[in-house]
Amino acid sequence: MSSRFVRTLRTPAGITVIAGVVIVLLATVFGPVLFGEAASARDIAGRQQGASLEHPFGTDELGRDLLARVIVATRISVLLTLGATGISVVGGVIVGIVAAVLPSFARRLVNALIDILLSFPWLLLALFFSVIWGTTATGAMLAVGFAGIPVFGRLVSTLASSVAGSDFVHAARILGSSPLRTAVRHVVPNILPPLLVNTASHASVTLLSFAALSFLGLGVQAPEYDWGRLLNEGARRIYVDPMAAIGPGIAIVLTGVVFSLLGALFSEKRSGRTLRALPRRSRAETRAIFTVPDTAPVVEAVDLRVSFRAEDGGVVERVHGVSLSVAPGEIVGIVGESGSGKSVTAMAIAGLLGPDSLVESDTLVFRGIDMTREPTSVEKRRLALEQAMIFQDPLSSLNPSLTVGRQLREVSEIHGRTGRAAALARAVEALTLVRIPDAARRLGQLPHEFSGGMRQRAMIAMGLMGSPRLIIADEPTTALDVTVQRQVLRALRDAQRSTGAAILLISHDIALVSGFCDRVIVMRHGRVVEELAADRLDEARHPYTRGLIACVPDMGTDRDEPLPVIDAGEPVPEQKEIVA
Amino acid sequence: MTIPPAPAPSPTSVLASPTPVTPASGDRGDRLRQLVGSPRLAFVIRRLARAVVSLVIVLIASFFLVHLVPGDPVRAALGPTVSPEAVEALRRELGLDLPLGQQFLDYLRGLVTGDLGVSVTSQRPVGATLAERLPTTLLLAVVSFVVAALGAFPIGVATAVSSRSGRHRAADLGVSGLLGVLIAVPNFLLAVLLISVFSVGLQAFPPAGWGQPSQVVLPVIALAIGPLAYLSRIVHVEMLRVLEEPYLTTARSKRLPGRILYVRHALPNIVAATLTAGGVVLVGLVAGTVLIETVFVIPGIGSTIVSSITAKDYPLIQGVVLVYAILVLAANLLIDLALAALDPRSAIAEA
Repeated sequence: MSSRFVRTLRTPAGITVIAGVVIVLLATVFGPVLFGEAASARDIAGRQQGASLEHPFGTDELGRDLLARVIVATRISVLLTLGATGISVVGGVIVGIVAAVLPSFARRLVNALIDILLSFPWLLLALFFSVIWGTTATGAMLAVGFAGIPVFGRLVSTLASSVAGSDFVHAARILGSSPLRTAVRHVVPNILPPLLVNTASHASVTLLSFAALSFLGLGVQAPEYDWGRLLNEGARRIYVDPMAAIGPGIAIVLTGVVFSLLGALFSEKRSGRTLRALPRRSRAETRAIFTVPDTAPVVEAVDLRVSFRAEDGGVVERVHGVSLSVAPGEIVGIVGESGSGKSVTAMAIAGLLGPDSLVESDTLVFRGIDMTREPTSVEKRRLALEQAMIFQDPLSSLNPSLTVGRQLREVSEIHGRTGRAAALARAVEALTLVRIPDAARRLGQLPHEFSGGMRQRAMIAMGLMGSPRLIIADEPTTALDVTVQRQVLRALRDAQRSTGAAILLISHDIALVSGFCDRVIVMRHGRVVEELAADRLDEARHPYTRGLIACVPDMGTDRDEPLPVIDAGEPVPEQKEIVA
Repeated sequence: MTIPPAPAPSPTSVLASPTPVTPASGDRGDRLRQLVGSPRLAFVIRRLARAVVSLVIVLIASFFLVHLVPGDPVRAALGPTVSPEAVEALRRELGLDLPLGQQFLDYLRGLVTGDLGVSVTSQRPVGATLAERLPTTLLLAVVSFVVAALGAFPIGVATAVSSRSGRHRAADLGVSGLLGVLIAVPNFLLAVLLISVFSVGLQAFPPAGWGQPSQVVLPVIALAIGPLAYLSRIVHVEMLRVLEEPYLTTARSKRLPGRILYVRHALPNIVAATLTAGGVVLVGLVAGTVLIETVFVIPGIGSTIVSSITAKDYPLIQGVVLVYAILVLAANLLIDLALAALDPRSAIAEA
């Protein structure tokens, strides 16, 4: 944590923020000492001057230099901000902790009250409180501070209840620690880091709130002045000298930004960057459409390599030169453990990897379409009709907001140029083929009304809406229980029989693959380690394949022996770093 | 903490009333859901109940506002130079000499009959002042919200799609920086800047006043731009999330044109989150009218609240606070109902 902290500080953003904090602190501590005199020196002859070199922000109605006044006002603005933030944080921690240790009924009441208070914007709460405490600097500090209590109360009670559910708090409670002691000793230290981050961001909000109250004339009163008051005075003579209003405004915004960046700095994660865009094909390059002979392989990949942008910004190759081909109507399984690159290979074949990936290969062709380039519109249409995808998680692979029927019809309507009624009839047919009863009614439902297995079968049906030549099924049964698995595989098999499409089945389960496929490709660490016919698995030569097969228990397995485990000792081939 | 201890019946006792209280954690929510049969209806009932409870709290808070002022509010309102007789007279006029229970009953009766008391400074009925000024504030807030909401969707979707594709890195950074600045600049400051540029500098729009369409432009921009930038960010972040969802990969595997991909497949899935954020924005807009009306000298209830607080005109303050609070509650309720109507799964499975 601390080394990451230091590293964050050394980034350009970190240095900027630290510089900002130092400037604000210097102005707070030394501003009134150094510029106090200039800020109060009256110069009636030079009053209400516009911006000049001598007076960058101009002078006020008594001829006082406004830049000096802005610098001097830093102290009172920052101190009032810190005071109000302090009230919010302390009040919020008390409310939050009390809410967390209360019995459940009382806790619910406190949370409901916080909810209701949170629904009111801070300005209204602050105005409410400033009616009570009067329109003075202290009154405004109390008002803004109290208005922030619900925010921190909610934050603390949420954080605290997540910590309170953890094992070490249970342990402390079992050891006889009182609720209050538990809260102070065990809960508070654990919620401190997120609390500090939020305090910094909230200080920025508080600063603006204060400026707003003073600007309205409800905060700091003359002869005292903070930035809000200076802005108020400046706004009145905006016709003469806009800098009189803009000067304090700059101070408010910059300081606010420094505070909020301080908070953001330590909570931010570096975002992933995209690798590169697919080369767009110029119109002249567009090849003539040629008919693909039905005997040619559906998929042909030679030396396929896929790289991704890593967490630290480098490039990591995940698939190292995979070559494979799928014949028409063939059922090919790719087996391997997680991280073996089998899904990435499948997604590369489908041309569906995101922009954070880089696909390179000697050949990567789906029925005459070069999948390493952006497809033309004609190719897109063919891909839509001839490729079908089934993903691992049936809960998230169908759009939750659109009816199943809409999602099925789409391909036919857009790419198949079928009318709505014809598409609907076809959808009913497809759903019936995957054995979903009452298809017509089902089409009008949303995906959440389907069970997991039914959704997976609906995905298969969606693939049947075109004229699929290849169905890519990426772990289609992993998220389902065993009986449902069988229904999905049967639907997949029915689909293959009725369309003659090839299937690329990705799975970690060698038993499932060997039972379903004609041919099995075994992958590990981004490479193909072995490729053989499904009925000749017992002839596997590679130790990893033999290990996988040995791990599958059958009726003859000796139940007194521990199940075999694949030796993980084999070295992982080092991941090649490429300079992007 | 709206109501510090004092003589107020504590908010706890209000909440303990038999109305089903939010947030319905686990068992409670389920029980209600079973009772009414539909999760959507259960959600609406719970939100209505919350609005009612909030309203009760608001009524109590606005009533006790005067009583919470330390010292003697009547003396404070009139200033130190006024005779004790005049103070007594005003106290009697405001009903502050009556027993507390009687005062509260009178207050409630007044609310029901539309009698909110008489302003101390202007001697006009508070109800009439509010009725006269509320439409202006509403118009300002609604127009600004519409501008913010209509602008945010195209901007957020476009920036999300563009930043995901990574083709226009510099432009993406520029737009995101600009949005960040627009969120950081407070609306009253923006208002002052707009006046100095467009009214004083370019003389394109009048700097103050209300009534002509040209006078609406600057206040609406000042009020709408921050929320617009904020909502755009929300749409942007939500779009980026949805664009990575497996169902979007499914849609991409169908090679749908961009328009259908983003509008039909992505947008409906960000509606719930965006509406929730929109609620915060709408409520913030309502409050923001206080500042904007003051800067642009617009005769709405926002400028009224500031002058009445400065003048310690308690009946007027009470009235305006009540109206603002009700506006906020109404905005929240409106968003909740929209959520219930639009969320496709009615999966308003609250945390």
